[in-house]
Amino acid sequence: MSGANIQCRAVRFSRAGMEFTFDFSVDASDIVAVMGPSGSGKSTLLDLIAGFETPQSGAIRIGNADVAQLPPAQRPVSMVFQENNLFGHLDVFSNVALGRSPSLKLDDEDRADVHEAIERVGLAGKDKRLPPALSGGERQRVALARVLVRDRPVLLLDEPFASLGPALRREMVELVQALHAERGMTVLMATHHPDDAERLATRMIYVEEGAVAAQGPAAEFFGEDAPDAFQRYLGSERRG
Amino acid sequence: MTASRSLRTAPGAIALGAVGLLIAGAIAGLVWEAGADWAGAADAFDAYLFRVARFTLWQAILSTVLSVIPGILVARALARQADFPGRAVIVWLFGVPLALPAIVVALGVLALLGRAGIFADALTALTGDSWPGIYGLSGILVAHVFFNMPLAARLFLEALNAVPADHRRLEAQLGIGPISAFRLIEWPAIRAALPGVAMLIFMLCVTSFTIVLILGGGPRATTLEVAIYQALRFDFDPARAVTLTFIQLVLTAAIVIAAARLGASLSGEAFVSVSSARGIAARGGERLLNVLVLLLGLVFVAGPMTAIVVAGLRADLTRLAGEASVQGAVATSLILAIAAAVFSVILSLSLVSARRALELRRGTRRPGLFETSTDQGAALVLVVPPIVIGAGWFILLRHTGSVFAAAPFMVVAVNAVMAMPFAMRAIRPAYDSASARHERLAAQLDIRGWARLRLIDWPPLRRPLATAFAFAMALSLGDLGVIALFGSENVQTLPYLLLQRMGAYRTHDAAGLALMLGALCFALMMIADWLSRRNA
Repeated sequence: MSGANIQCRAVRFSRAGMEFTFDFSVDASDIVAVMGPSGSGKSTLLDLIAGFETPQSGAIRIGNADVAQLPPAQRPVSMVFQENNLFGHLDVFSNVALGRSPSLKLDDEDRADVHEAIERVGLAGKDKRLPPALSGGERQRVALARVLVRDRPVLLLDEPFASLGPALRREMVELVQALHAERGMTVLMATHHPDDAERLATRMIYVEEGAVAAQGPAAEFFGEDAPDAFQRYLGSERRG
Repeated sequence: MTASRSLRTAPGAIALGAVGLLIAGAIAGLVWEAGADWAGAADAFDAYLFRVARFTLWQAILSTVLSVIPGILVARALARQADFPGRAVIVWLFGVPLALPAIVVALGVLALLGRAGIFADALTALTGDSWPGIYGLSGILVAHVFFNMPLAARLFLEALNAVPADHRRLEAQLGIGPISAFRLIEWPAIRAALPGVAMLIFMLCVTSFTIVLILGGGPRATTLEVAIYQALRFDFDPARAVTLTFIQLVLTAAIVIAAARLGASLSGEAFVSVSSARGIAARGGERLLNVLVLLLGLVFVAGPMTAIVVAGLRADLTRLAGEASVQGAVATSLILAIAAAVFSVILSLSLVSARRALELRRGTRRPGLFETSTDQGAALVLVVPPIVIGAGWFILLRHTGSVFAAAPFMVVAVNAVMAMPFAMRAIRPAYDSASARHERLAAQLDIRGWARLRLIDWPPLRRPLATAFAFAMALSLGDLGVIALFGSENVQTLPYLLLQRMGAYRTHDAAGLALMLGALCFALMMIADWLSRRNA
């Protein structure tokens, strides 16, 4: 499998008095970091692509099919949240297996795939653990294992490593990089951490006040020619 | 400094003393009687006693099961059909039974399913026999389920609303269907709430007095509390009453201990805040099923309520309102209920403020016995039900020869204490948070005693105190427990008069009185609810 391109065309959405307008596109198999101040619309952007929100108008195309009105399960998308990615009463194996069968009906091949995914994210032997017995980083690894068995062309990461320490965050970024190298899915990651973005992303989207204010190659964003708005944002973040 | 210290804890000590005296007096009465007539008390361990004890447990178990399982179904349907047009109405309506006095609900059930009830003709045609009316176990179960199924549904809905939104998002993303969603997401949330909800309902049904008194009949459908009442009022057999009371105490204590082990709260939540979280809107076959469940629940709960209103309006309300005995009962009820509410609020506030003062004084040390008592003392009422307190004092006062003269004091005292767990729950959060904000400033400015109460404590406490007052008053107004034991020609409350009219087969009068009483309690509960919401 490989990634799919994403196009948002004149997507309009409003909630609780906030207006959002998104118009941008992402090439297949890119890794894009979505940055911007709190409340600017990063999460809303991901929710629209995942289908947790439905736009009032506009088109969201993934691999050239308009998915704007489809329910979340029918979109070629997996999403990892900041927390609550796992059901606390189900063991690691079942949590991952839900990505293959939402009623946990598995054949031998499915089971093998699930075990392989758990091994791939570095949790071999922890199949029977319950989420409360895992560290924060391990729980997010389980969520990534489920992404592997679901095998969808688009992966959305909504600040998935925000509650982890710097060393763990770097490990997780490297894991996402490795998984991307194997599967080639299109990755959109909302983050507050410029170093995560710089390390992982090939392209950048900067969101401000409910719209994309700047976009371009990551190298440009973190170099001399960074867009002004993004520089201001980084400055304020670093000072704060 | 010492003066101000004791000023804040002394009322708490007095309040504890008052509650202790009420319970100790009852126990003293029981122990004295047992000592005086040991053989009589021992003789009361007979087949009748075991039948009554078994029926008490059996009806409570059935009521709990019949409330909890449909409660789960309704809660699940409410959670998964957020787009159902009548959803808000159902959630609101399910809060109403708790606001209605048991005697009013018993009459509502009879007005619907009794021998002369609204459905009597239809049921006669259906069964072929003349409909005998819903007495005995089935009547008790209908009334208990009417009270407790909506309570269960609201508590389970609260548990379902606490499922993390991300889990619902995962459900949507992974395409988890309704059956798997129940197994994977909803059942774990419900299972966590289940022991607490079941225990609460079981306790309410074990100590249910009025429903069983009115709908139960004869020795085959009598619970311990009703048997205590009958032993004292009809058979005048105090020795038997002592034995029955003892068994009831053991039973309630066992339930309270079991509930504490399970972490269940037995004072219940009068008004569960059921948030209208952006919910799921199931489609297709599941939607059809959900709507069906919701409509069935709606009809079941709305039925007796409608019957109360319909039957009540058929009565000659203007004549009733003009009767001297009715006017007297209303006046007596209001005076006693207001007195009970005043005492309940004062006792609760005393305990709450003493607890907080003791907590501040000890800093990080472990709470002492006094503080624990101010915290938990009111819960004693749960172990010693009102009928038991009433029975103990009835037996004790019998020796003074003026049992019925004590009626007003007994009603006020027992109702005040009975409402304390709820009143404290309304007052304590507001008091503690106000104290956390103001304590250091008040100390620095040396604001103490009365000035502190008036300037610092009163403004943030006004609403919670009013909530507690309205709640305690409604509880006391509708209570037919102590007054059933102590009532007489001279002291009649509205529920007592209602019971008498029923006993005299003046069904229309009873229905009219039930409507008046129900409307009064309902209005008070709505005020309490409204005040507590504005407060939040």
